[in-house]
Amino acid sequence: MPLLEVRNLHVCVEGREILHGLDLTVNAGKVHAIMGPNGSGKSTLSHVITGKPGYQITAGRLLFKGEDLLAMRPDQRAAKGLFLAFQYPVEIPGVTTMNFLRTALNAQRKARGQSGYSTPHFLKKARTAAKQLNIPQSMLKRGVNVGFSGGEKKRNEILQMALFEPDLCILDEIDSGLDIDALRIVADGINAMRSPDRSMIMITHYQRLLNYVVPDVVHVMSKGRVVKSGDKQLALELEASGYAQFEDAA
Amino acid sequence: MDLVLAKAMPEDKANAERAASNVFAAAQGRLPGAGRIADIRARAFEAYERVGLPHRRVEEWKYTDLRVLMRDVLRLAEPPDASALRRAQAAVEQAAFEGAIKLVLVDGMFAPNLSDVAKLGKGVDVQTLREVLESSASDAMAGLVLSTTTDAMISLNTAMATDGVVVTIAEGKALRRPLHVIHVSTTSSASHFTRSYLHLGDGAHGTVVESFVSAESACGYQANNVMIVLVGNQAGLSHLRVKADAADAVNISSEIIAVGSRAKLNLFDMIRGGAVSRYQDFITLAGEGAELCVNGVNLLMEKQHADTTLVVDHAAPHCVSRQNFRAVVDGAGRSVFQGRIIARPDAQKSDAKLTMRALLLSDQAEADNKPELEIFADDVKCGHGATSGGLDESLLFYLGARGLSENDAQALLIRAFLGEAIEGIANANLRDFATSQTERWFKARR
Repeated sequence: MPLLEVRNLHVCVEGREILHGLDLTVNAGKVHAIMGPNGSGKSTLSHVITGKPGYQITAGRLLFKGEDLLAMRPDQRAAKGLFLAFQYPVEIPGVTTMNFLRTALNAQRKARGQSGYSTPHFLKKARTAAKQLNIPQSMLKRGVNVGFSGGEKKRNEILQMALFEPDLCILDEIDSGLDIDALRIVADGINAMRSPDRSMIMITHYQRLLNYVVPDVVHVMSKGRVVKSGDKQLALELEASGYAQFEDAA
Repeated sequence: MDLVLAKAMPEDKANAERAASNVFAAAQGRLPGAGRIADIRARAFEAYERVGLPHRRVEEWKYTDLRVLMRDVLRLAEPPDASALRRAQAAVEQAAFEGAIKLVLVDGMFAPNLSDVAKLGKGVDVQTLREVLESSASDAMAGLVLSTTTDAMISLNTAMATDGVVVTIAEGKALRRPLHVIHVSTTSSASHFTRSYLHLGDGAHGTVVESFVSAESACGYQANNVMIVLVGNQAGLSHLRVKADAADAVNISSEIIAVGSRAKLNLFDMIRGGAVSRYQDFITLAGEGAELCVNGVNLLMEKQHADTTLVVDHAAPHCVSRQNFRAVVDGAGRSVFQGRIIARPDAQKSDAKLTMRALLLSDQAEADNKPELEIFADDVKCGHGATSGGLDESLLFYLGARGLSENDAQALLIRAFLGEAIEGIANANLRDFATSQTERWFKARR
């Protein structure tokens, strides 16, 4: 059974169809990259998989571990092992990062029928994970993403991914706004999470990220569909020839 | 009153005034103080009767129309009997602030057996209003305690006050334990009135908590409380108030405060109960370099109406005032914040800032925020801001995607929103107390 199965997915926003019958299969342990020009529907796909309100699913199926994702609320999807690293992580003033991480982690554990982590156990886990991502302790005491730089926000997303240990990670333009050093730290964090039971979908415009996190499968999206799939070579070809060739194929 | 006028008057007002008239007449003999005191009361009642209950055409009461919300003034509550005091005791235990010296007023009467007067240390003097008004030796004090303004509800209180606490803290004295004034209502369909007085001598420091609560089965009562507060030069007062009245009660509290030179007042006003609640604080920064920090929180659901109205009068130079209010309104609740900042001609270098923010959790929820500046000095720094709106959908989705249920995500964001006001409480114990009070609201809302 695939970890994620998307079949003939049609999605509208305010009456306009954005995804026109999209198919995608992600198996356990695989890293997929989804590339494509602006407006091809990449972010819409990540939002629909994680359950963001405002999208109408007019046809198709969305199965995660064989279960219907469309029947689940966002928090239920998270507890099931789905994680989205946001393209634009939000700022939450007045909620310290540490408090947020603990509340979220324990909410997920509770939903899965597991006991919550004790404070000392949690703190140790969070500090270790933060250290690996070069996140200073002082950042954990600040409001979630408040006053963080673009790079810090992205690292904070990876920190959450490391703590929650999801089965499917969707990384929506995790490389945008990162300088080369920050990109390397983030890529190391992602690579450290690769495992035979964990899959990833990396949404990106650029080949650059894929030099650091080498994908198993590369998809090209255009006009709301996956128009071509291949291995990492496909990304290199795209870098050389651009997306224009696929505009007609779609 | 001539017949023509009476006819032209709306029926509600006429009824309300007749009821109030009867209330004052019926209360004679229960109101302490004779001679000059009785004259003050009679004049205050006349002043009240001339205008009646405040209504929407009285600017200060525009959003809290008591003709509609109260209709009339109910009969004066009976003094509490043994069974009322027993019920009050349970409410007092619920409201307790750990380590504090309790001063308890039940249905407008001081309750010595529920209070800890014996534990007061040297330098702190507590009398009851009744004692002060009935002792001819403290005539000057009586006049001070009964000082009044043009506000109708304060005039009514001057006329009707049955008891209260008169607290004086000696010069230079630092209170080791906080005082906790607990107002308990055990009565139903009756009104009660207290008048209290708090004086911190020069250089004195203290913490005073005030709670407004009800005993089990008390309902439909009207509470009207006034406190006069004098904060001496270089004195410091932390003052926190929580209104947690019965769901169908009316509670109007007025505070008239003067802050001396280089003195500090840290005030926190919370409303988390009652049908109609109002704080009206008239604060004069009377001495040079006085500092005021007021924070407040209104927590509303169903059809609750909560009003926090402040007049901060910079009457001396170099005074600083900070006001920061937060309202969370669910159901068909209505929150009102009115803040007027006055900078008198002499009040150069005044530094005043006022922020009011409301979070509306339902389509029927309403918030009225009215900041006002009256600046007569030319070298001042005064600013205000007011916002209202719902919870940010993108934050809710982010938290949902991290595993928080909608309820938990909402609660996390609401707590953070309230935290911005609670952080302004200088004393850590009071901050914890305020937080625990907000948690009671979350529990009731579930």
